Amino acid sequence: MDIVIKNGRVIDPASATDDTLDVLIRDDRIEDIDKKISFSDGDGVIDAAGCLVLPGLIDMHVHLREPGREDVETIIGGSQVAAKSGYTGVCTMPNTSPVIDNQALVRFIKLEAEKGPINVYPMATITKGGKGEEISEMGELIKAGAVAFTDDGLPVMSSILMRRALEYSRMFNVPIVTHSEDLLLTDDGIMNEGINSTLLGLKGIPKESEETMIARDTILTRLTKGRLHVCHVSSAGSVEIIGMAKKSGINVTCETAPHYFALTDDAVAEWMSMAKMKPPLRSGEDRKAIIEGLKSGVIDVIATDHAPHSLNEKMQEMEYAPFGIVGLETAVPLIITILVRENNFSYLQAFEKVTVNPAKILKIDRGTIEKGGAADITIINPDAAVDITNEFMLSRCKNSPFIGRRLYGRIEYTICGGNIVYSSR
Amino acid sequence: MSSLNRKDLLDIQSLSTEEINLICNSARYFKDIFTRSVKSVPVLRGKTVCTLFYEPSTRTRISFELAAKRLSADMINVSVSTSSVVKGESLIDTVHTLEAMKADYIVMRHAASLAPHFLSKNIKASVINAGDGFHAHPTQALLDAYSILERKGTLEGLRIGIIGDIRHSRVARSDIEVFKKLGASVVLCGPPTLVPDEFKVYDVDISYNLDDILPDLDVINMLRIQKERQKGSLFPSLREYHRHFALTEDRLKKCKSDIILMHPGPINRGIEVDNSVAESPNIIMNEQVTNGVAVRMAIFYLLAGGAPLEDMKEEQS
Repeated sequence: MDIVIKNGRVIDPASATDDTLDVLIRDDRIEDIDKKISFSDGDGVIDAAGCLVLPGLIDMHVHLREPGREDVETIIGGSQVAAKSGYTGVCTMPNTSPVIDNQALVRFIKLEAEKGPINVYPMATITKGGKGEEISEMGELIKAGAVAFTDDGLPVMSSILMRRALEYSRMFNVPIVTHSEDLLLTDDGIMNEGINSTLLGLKGIPKESEETMIARDTILTRLTKGRLHVCHVSSAGSVEIIGMAKKSGINVTCETAPHYFALTDDAVAEWMSMAKMKPPLRSGEDRKAIIEGLKSGVIDVIATDHAPHSLNEKMQEMEYAPFGIVGLETAVPLIITILVRENNFSYLQAFEKVTVNPAKILKIDRGTIEKGGAADITIINPDAAVDITNEFMLSRCKNSPFIGRRLYGRIEYTICGGNIVYSSR
Repeated sequence: MSSLNRKDLLDIQSLSTEEINLICNSARYFKDIFTRSVKSVPVLRGKTVCTLFYEPSTRTRISFELAAKRLSADMINVSVSTSSVVKGESLIDTVHTLEAMKADYIVMRHAASLAPHFLSKNIKASVINAGDGFHAHPTQALLDAYSILERKGTLEGLRIGIIGDIRHSRVARSDIEVFKKLGASVVLCGPPTLVPDEFKVYDVDISYNLDDILPDLDVINMLRIQKERQKGSLFPSLREYHRHFALTEDRLKKCKSDIILMHPGPINRGIEVDNSVAESPNIIMNEQVTNGVAVRMAIFYLLAGGAPLEDMKEEQS
């Protein structure tokens, strides 16, 4: 059956389109985009008046915990959460148990994802077992469906190994995706080092543990002419270093997560383990620099680092609780509330970070609304209030510091490959 | 002010100056009581106090135990080693068990900062923080303030030095807060690795040279130096630490003659304090221990809804 999306405000950052247009979907393709599309009775009509019609959103950083921790999240369950949150594509992180470092496991994720509603793009580990000792079989992993390599959760501490990974991966033209952190500087810190960590007596993680590693990785990228993508940038210094690297022509891209532009380490006293993640929430100045970096384009992507943890694990002394918060369901409301409403981002500016930019980095043929293109579309009512409650969260884990907040931006429809995979109506 | 209108005592930050004065004034009354031959009063009869210590401690635990017993409470002591907790029962589950046995007060010591705060949000019993990580040790700070008040009458205008490992000290954080709230000025002294600049947020001075600051001080609180900090390269050797920051006889001579020397104990003789200084009449360690029981009695009494004792005295007279 055909679907016609009528009267919506089409925002397509790839073509810089921001216009009221109708979109006709036939099977899994976009058949037509025009001012007025006439339609027959057989068409499924979606009235999108007052709504944004966007390319299906892509989150290049989620933890779906399968294999290994199916008690907290699964590939299918996490895909359903993503669909409800407006995403038609997610990259899964390979730090599962076992870690994704061989073709069989990449295929397992692809097979499992076929039963779910959206596209899943697995990342595989840079190093065998994620141990940071030997590079994994990148060619084989790509053949099986891996889109990039990361040891996320841990940095590649060895500089020589990082050099080899950046060099070797050049023949596949895929990014090395880094969790940039000097574990020796982090020591056993659990929150941002600064005034709040001093007042709370919690061990600090200096922003320099992130910044020195990003500096090393960009310099190694210059040496190797490889491709670097830096995960979850959280500090002003990191934005500065990546900005300098980009200016000097180094092939580096980066992402930040919504919590880094929405919160500061002031949240830790109240939220404790629910505001514990790596890198940690930083200062107000850092938050400002992240917003500026998104505006200037130094930061290419917004990715959630969606990290489900069970309540049992989080309801502990802060020191013992694991790092990470869930982020899929709050991502669009935070982008609209914090970036568009509070910081005057245009929709094109805000949503390029979750559509065309990640698609380009991952070389996925999606992330745009174009004739003949994949029918992945997200429809959002940006003016509808969304109350973030436990009931609102579909994730089986509710480890979020945004619970209790009223935000704006309701997902109306998520359409993936021409199928309506989520509808709030 | 009627009484301490709160369920928990978690840190100094959340106490008003009025509440601090209330605790100190009440402590004076309880100190009078237990220097008599009959040392106990039936204030907490029928109530159950549980000390839950996730970190080894002798003096703090005994001080709380004595305070509770002198108020006629029933006492249970639970000591848990942190390692078994990480593997086994969660803090919440442990405390729910104690609650099911109808404990009214949980006195908790924990190696993890904010553990009592986390607990207090999730249980009905009163939580008294007996020290959490590097964060807070409010009863120690209150007994320190009380001990100075007893000697000097006021903290207003006093210059207080806190010497040693400030970074890793819950006593330092709580002391700074209580001394500032009572009007003293505070200077922190130690190597930069142990005295981070962030402490300026408390509106204190920082010095790396003990000899410079000694002549101006009315009170010194010497913190215990943990020998294992040397392994983290926070200072190169105990010998060098001693040379720069120990209270020696020579240094004592540079101090005002009526200077108050405090130490939260247990003391490392020959490291932060020389043996001869440890015997000096200026050192009030034992008084601190006595006052600790009085302050903790006052806290139990006030958390139980007890009326200010000063008022009672006035009514009687």
